[in-house]
Amino acid sequence: MKIVIVGDGKVGYSLARQLSKEEHDIVMIDSNSEVLDELLETLDVMTVIGNGATLEVQREANVAVSDLLIAATSSDETNLLCCILAKKLGCRHTISRVRNSAYTQQLQFLRDELGLSLTINPELTAAREIFRLTQYPSFLKRDVFAKGRVELVEIRLSSESKLVGKRLDGLFDSRLKALVCAVERGDTVTIPKGGFIFEENDTIIVAAKNSDLAKLIKQLDIAKNKIKNVMIVGGSRVAVYCTDLLLKAGVGVKIIEQDAQKCVELAEKLPDAIIIHGDGTRQDLLIEEGIRHTDAVISLTNIDEENLIISLFADYLNVSKTITKINRLEYRQLFNDKGIDSIICPKELTTNDIVRYVRAMNNTTGSSVVTLHRIFDGKAEALEFIVQPTTLHREIPLSKLSLRKDILIACINRNGTIIIPNGNDFLMEGDTAIVVTTSDRTIDNLNDIFTDGENR
Amino acid sequence: MNRRLIVNYIGLILNIEAVLMAPALLIALFKHERASAFAFAVTMFVLLLFGIVFIKLKTWSKRIYAREGFVIVALSWVFLSAFGCLPFYLSGEIPSIVDSFFETVSGFTTTGATILTDVEILPMSILYWRSFTHWLGGMGVLVFMLAVIPMSEGSSMRIMRAESPGPVVGKLVPKLRHTARILYVIYIVMTLAEIILLLCGGMPFFDSLVHAFGTAGTGGFSIKNASIGAYDSVYLQNVVAVFMLLFGVNFNFYYLILCKNFKSAFKSSEFRMYVGIVAFSIVTIAINILSYYDTMREALHYSLFQVASIITTTGYATANFDLWPQYSRCLLFLLMIVGACAGSTGGGIKVTRVLMIFKVIRNYTQKLLHPRSVKLMKIDGKVISEGTLHEVFVFLLSYAVIAVASIMVISLENFDFDTTASSVIACMGNIGPGLSKVGPIGNFSEFSNLSKLVFCADMLFGRLEVFPMLLLFSPSLWRRGR
Repeated sequence: MKIVIVGDGKVGYSLARQLSKEEHDIVMIDSNSEVLDELLETLDVMTVIGNGATLEVQREANVAVSDLLIAATSSDETNLLCCILAKKLGCRHTISRVRNSAYTQQLQFLRDELGLSLTINPELTAAREIFRLTQYPSFLKRDVFAKGRVELVEIRLSSESKLVGKRLDGLFDSRLKALVCAVERGDTVTIPKGGFIFEENDTIIVAAKNSDLAKLIKQLDIAKNKIKNVMIVGGSRVAVYCTDLLLKAGVGVKIIEQDAQKCVELAEKLPDAIIIHGDGTRQDLLIEEGIRHTDAVISLTNIDEENLIISLFADYLNVSKTITKINRLEYRQLFNDKGIDSIICPKELTTNDIVRYVRAMNNTTGSSVVTLHRIFDGKAEALEFIVQPTTLHREIPLSKLSLRKDILIACINRNGTIIIPNGNDFLMEGDTAIVVTTSDRTIDNLNDIFTDGENR
Repeated sequence: MNRRLIVNYIGLILNIEAVLMAPALLIALFKHERASAFAFAVTMFVLLLFGIVFIKLKTWSKRIYAREGFVIVALSWVFLSAFGCLPFYLSGEIPSIVDSFFETVSGFTTTGATILTDVEILPMSILYWRSFTHWLGGMGVLVFMLAVIPMSEGSSMRIMRAESPGPVVGKLVPKLRHTARILYVIYIVMTLAEIILLLCGGMPFFDSLVHAFGTAGTGGFSIKNASIGAYDSVYLQNVVAVFMLLFGVNFNFYYLILCKNFKSAFKSSEFRMYVGIVAFSIVTIAINILSYYDTMREALHYSLFQVASIITTTGYATANFDLWPQYSRCLLFLLMIVGACAGSTGGGIKVTRVLMIFKVIRNYTQKLLHPRSVKLMKIDGKVISEGTLHEVFVFLLSYAVIAVASIMVISLENFDFDTTASSVIACMGNIGPGLSKVGPIGNFSEFSNLSKLVFCADMLFGRLEVFPMLLLFSPSLWRRGR
């Protein structure tokens, strides 16, 4: 597909990298020629210098014959103008980043009237993710499938975990339907077989019904206290959205923000939260404000290093849950097992949303992707497909199928009934199936998972 | 520097060379040319052997950084020539290894300078390979590799940049691989068109093939001692002349034509300047040489062919321009330095750079008049950044320094100044013939081995536009951890 991206920022770059890896033709528009030069050196894309919201530049980038335009500049208004022009020129789909909370109320109207295919708000997505993590603090990450009925949760095995040293088969008793889909050990991700033995510091992905999550926590003995109060450091946009959600759920929120003017704004927007004016990286301030007694610390300043330090400090004081916002994920492996708990990366979340949309667009014939989640920093993927008449091997027990290497069917949703499959289950037309794979190769059709369906 | 990665790529290139040598082997077998069939077979075997061993080497990273890109390109060309000369040497057709190497470098760099005094006695397969190197070198072997072999990382743009001529190398379409393919498709179609037109004029098939290769790569190897002059047909000579000029145009031009974007194609200031220089040269030289020929028409005909041949740096000849009046000789010498358009298959310092020089001079005089004025340099509405300009200056200076140094070495031969200077310029610009002893009817056989090796280096410097080759001579490139 031909995709034009406007704005070579954090989100723009991350999108260009992922989408060009998936063999799409990418044209990047930006007004800064230096960033574009750097982009050309690292990725196989074409660049156009100029203001993406002008006809001349859009014509040069061949927007008229493109399938998709993604506007990801820092200004909402520019993004919207880009999309309007592109649509009028004949671009099939447009995606715009709109993140000003003043516009969020009118998003539906904007989408309909301007013909936008999708609007994205990285900060809001991040805030929702954080909120969901605070609901089940035992999990590092939660990915939702089948309209929220199924979740893939990430758990790290500490030294005292019950799982360490155990074999995979016979792990859960029969009353609990759960399946270990993937394990990350060091740098490698594997899809475990029955004889797999867990070790300390493994990170595992478990598929389970939403209603079974509590049981899962109990059985693995990883329960943490329910989160009743939260300390947020850094009054960024994410903090505002997040506080809003937390307050509505009855959780007490305390925000520490350095900038006095911003504190006033926060106090105005969030009258029920406690706003503290001060430097959130200062130990004595954190202690004075009772970091020891909070259930969760969420660090949301704009500087990665500060966020890391705050979370490490919280972990040192045995705060049961820390959530850290990080913009640059490259160094993640360095602090994976060093007391950094859940990590949130807005740009990554946004990229996932858009990649999911693009894959669904790309798939006009076969079984299309409904949901896509990249797990372990994209080292593995979980995809949700609809089983269609064209799908091979329907109604044949899974144990009799020959699946390609490193592929696992994690869950089947049959008209709302969730099946965590074993060898006797099978796929039926109309089902949705969740497939987990270590993503060396892009899978965008359900038939790709079979050894004999590769070229279809 | 990731040496293993570089070795990997060179292995890949050697394998590609082996495959591309196959037609020559078939011709040799078909024509029962025993010695050359043996030579090609051995060379292909050696290429595959080295290629496979090189490819098998494990690397820790597949990422190409700037220095790897440059070194891959420079070394690939050296290796290509080193192995490509084996058929000449092993078949015994060119007894000296230095001569064989010179002939091959001259082929790949599309120079067309030869050490052979009589080419007509060579076997067909050897003649084919000699001309095919032109065709391959014209668009570039690494560009060919980019077109046919899927690359894992996007950073292979650096390879394209280092191999393709011109100050600014851009893509036609987002994917590098598709860009390389489009270039080769245009190249192949134009070559085929020329073959067909030559056949229509009654040129034998093999001759058309070989001369089309020579024209497309703007090389200049012929299979006749009298070059294109051997074909006494105005039609054939004009077809070759026109195609030489066409291959000297930036290939972006043809892509724009293909996209039906005629307006921007013909508005390109480089294209306009190229046409201007060609037209001016043809007319003034025709007037200058009028007394040598019977009619103005004849003078124009010869002027057209020689101008086309020299500005596109091809080097075919239909007349001995060395005997022409001083003005014509000087103008042709100047055209040797200017060369063809950027992004074409031609050599020289490229029309764009000349255009930039003129614009810089104009801007600077403006600046002297209005010291506080701020002026940006634009070509076709695009701002040329200070960095690009700086690169152009450094390029021109290093080009001049290398030329002067080479002239000093060649002067040891004790030939006249015309010969000494023009032989170096003819090699660096990838033209082939120069003036005096190395003129259209002369050749490079009289030079010593040392001079020939200097010429080889000059040809590579010219084809790869100095920097990739220059890096090979930088000591810190070869030290570990730098």
